[in-house]
Amino acid sequence: MASEPDHWRGTEPLRVLAPDGTAVGDIDVGLAPDELRAMLRWMLLARRLDRECIALQRQGELTVYPGFEGQEAAQIGSATALGPEDFVFPTFRELAAALVRGVDPVQYLAYHRGTWHGGPYDPRATRFGPICIPVATQIVHAVGYAMGLALDGTRACSLAYFGDGSTSEGDFHEAANLAGVFSAPAILFCQNNGWAISVPTERQTAGEIFRRAEGYGFPGIRVDGNDVLAVYRTTREAAARAYAGDGPTLIEALTYRIGAHSTADDPGRYRVEDEVAAARAFDPIVRFRSWLESVGHIDGGVLADWEGEIESEVLAIRDGVIAQPAPPVEWMFDHTYADPPAAIAEQRAEVLGG
Amino acid sequence: MVGALNAALRDALREDDRVLVFGEDVGRSGGVFRVTDGLQAEFGDRRVFDTPISEAGIAGAAVGLAFGGWRSVVEMQFDAFSYPALEQIVDHVAKMRERTRGRIDMPITIRMPAFGGIKGKEHHGESPETFYVHTAGLKVVAPSNPGDAYRLLRLAIADPDPVIVLEPKARYWARQDADLTTGGFGIGEGALVRDGDAATVFTYGAMVARCLDAASVLADEGLETRVVDLRSLSPLDTPLIARCVRETGRAVVVHEAPKTLGLGAEVTARIVEEAFEFLEAPVRRVTGYDVPYPPAALEHRYLPSVERIADAVREVVAY
Ligand SMILES: Cc1ncc(C[n+]2csc(CCOP(=O)(O)OP(=O)(O)O)c2C)c(N)n1
Repeated sequence: MASEPDHWRGTEPLRVLAPDGTAVGDIDVGLAPDELRAMLRWMLLARRLDRECIALQRQGELTVYPGFEGQEAAQIGSATALGPEDFVFPTFRELAAALVRGVDPVQYLAYHRGTWHGGPYDPRATRFGPICIPVATQIVHAVGYAMGLALDGTRACSLAYFGDGSTSEGDFHEAANLAGVFSAPAILFCQNNGWAISVPTERQTAGEIFRRAEGYGFPGIRVDGNDVLAVYRTTREAAARAYAGDGPTLIEALTYRIGAHSTADDPGRYRVEDEVAAARAFDPIVRFRSWLESVGHIDGGVLADWEGEIESEVLAIRDGVIAQPAPPVEWMFDHTYADPPAAIAEQRAEVLGG
Repeated sequence: MVGALNAALRDALREDDRVLVFGEDVGRSGGVFRVTDGLQAEFGDRRVFDTPISEAGIAGAAVGLAFGGWRSVVEMQFDAFSYPALEQIVDHVAKMRERTRGRIDMPITIRMPAFGGIKGKEHHGESPETFYVHTAGLKVVAPSNPGDAYRLLRLAIADPDPVIVLEPKARYWARQDADLTTGGFGIGEGALVRDGDAATVFTYGAMVARCLDAASVLADEGLETRVVDLRSLSPLDTPLIARCVRETGRAVVVHEAPKTLGLGAEVTARIVEEAFEFLEAPVRRVTGYDVPYPPAALEHRYLPSVERIADAVREVVAY
């Protein structure tokens, strides 16, 4: 048995499936076989698309791209657990969650194509915020959104994704404190993937991340982020608490970033290959698939069908991304203000004229 | 330029054991642009170290270290990621000397890859100079070539006051034989990088190379354009600015930052104050627009182009 990644040591995370795909504890998370299968399909699609994006970047079709291989369970387990009214505030690494939330992947990838900043998808319609680059800043937005839900009396919550590195920023602490004080229906969801670019979790923070919640007056939970069922259950419970008016929850999902921080990064400078090889033994897709197979929810035939479907889905996304035209230059000026001041109108006219 | 900056840090660490280099990913990884490559291996992780992702923490810790007599050279990973540290920089880094009636030096150097031109993402192409230039107590420099990068960084580290070093990331990979010695100019001195009598173009950072390209185009048309690399944005080399305007009578200011309250506003004001009676045409500014820095696909329409710069020079000459 391979050894667990370093940052998983310490408090035992909540787990439904052992790394070898056998059930531990209460396996019933309240999902029907169809829904369970759908979750695996999302994971397979997400991984295939992630790899395609890395290839597209290498071919010069995308600007720098942040991969998420290894984090499929953390993203898909959590995104699946949310209701349609709940609102996600992502970082720059949540393509899998975006897929689940119904964001058009071609539009999402416009951001990485360099044709628009946040991606032209509509955050209100998809309940998925724009891609956020300055780390931890979106956590405060999620808490603010949740404060608004409470004021409105809407039975919904917000969820902010962020990495372990982001918990070092002041914004994380301000968000957590606000959430606690206002008992905001927010889920603070940390994907602890072991690394923040070149810095490992133990050089990022001296304590265990989930424990910080206690100091802010709400529960913190550590879950095996490579166990999609455990992530689903934990997020679902956090959402239920939020809906019931019981306030925020901090979830620390222990996962592992298999690839580089981004296509601009060379992990060979700071990480040993053995670590990656060992982490592969905890692959979230293999774990979930083997459990589904063992209980007879899935078989080789279904998997083979999916493979073909996913391949054509991904190729269609790829073609859509490549076919995206450069935006018209006036876009630069059109949305800085709702009502552009004269100087902007003049600059716009100058650019269009020249 | 990356090599020159790296050499400046190495030489400073060697010469003064109170110099510290820290920031996000500057240790093991050597910085996302490799400016700090190899420094941790040579000087150890007590003098060159990674910090958690905490820009306010980095800048604030440098203030505390300065109370203890340490010279911090910190990296903000990208221009826009210095904004979380603005409070510490504006409220404390810049004001501590004044507040302590000169008893406490703030020999803090804050380096950051700045400006656009590399098809970066949102928040990776900002021109934050106005925030810093507008803050009393800070010095702000922006090298345009490897030799100046070496010297400006050494000067910044040696300075008893805080210096913001805006490194034009589009020029990081510029190669050039460089003089890596400490003789020569000081902070506050600009450089005349091309002589001419038709007009003077004032610029800095990555736009210096572009203005030189524009000057060659104009030379083919018989217009000899003077190009001044301001190099030091605060303090500005007002005597040089005034002299060039007196000698050429015409001026164009070029920068990537949005026009409104960009450095061009200040340079133009100084021209008007110091050399108004020598002006033979209104001063023209060629700048970025008053909009957020655009996505990669539109960057070339935002940045001053050789054409826009040349047109502005033609216009002031024809006035
Ligand atoms: C305020 C800010 N500082 C620095 C950066 C540069 N940066 C981008 S990603 C990253 C590491 C983020 O680590 P973590 O939060 O753990 O998320 P992960 O990338 O591991 O998913 C850093 C330092 C940034 N985006 N924002």
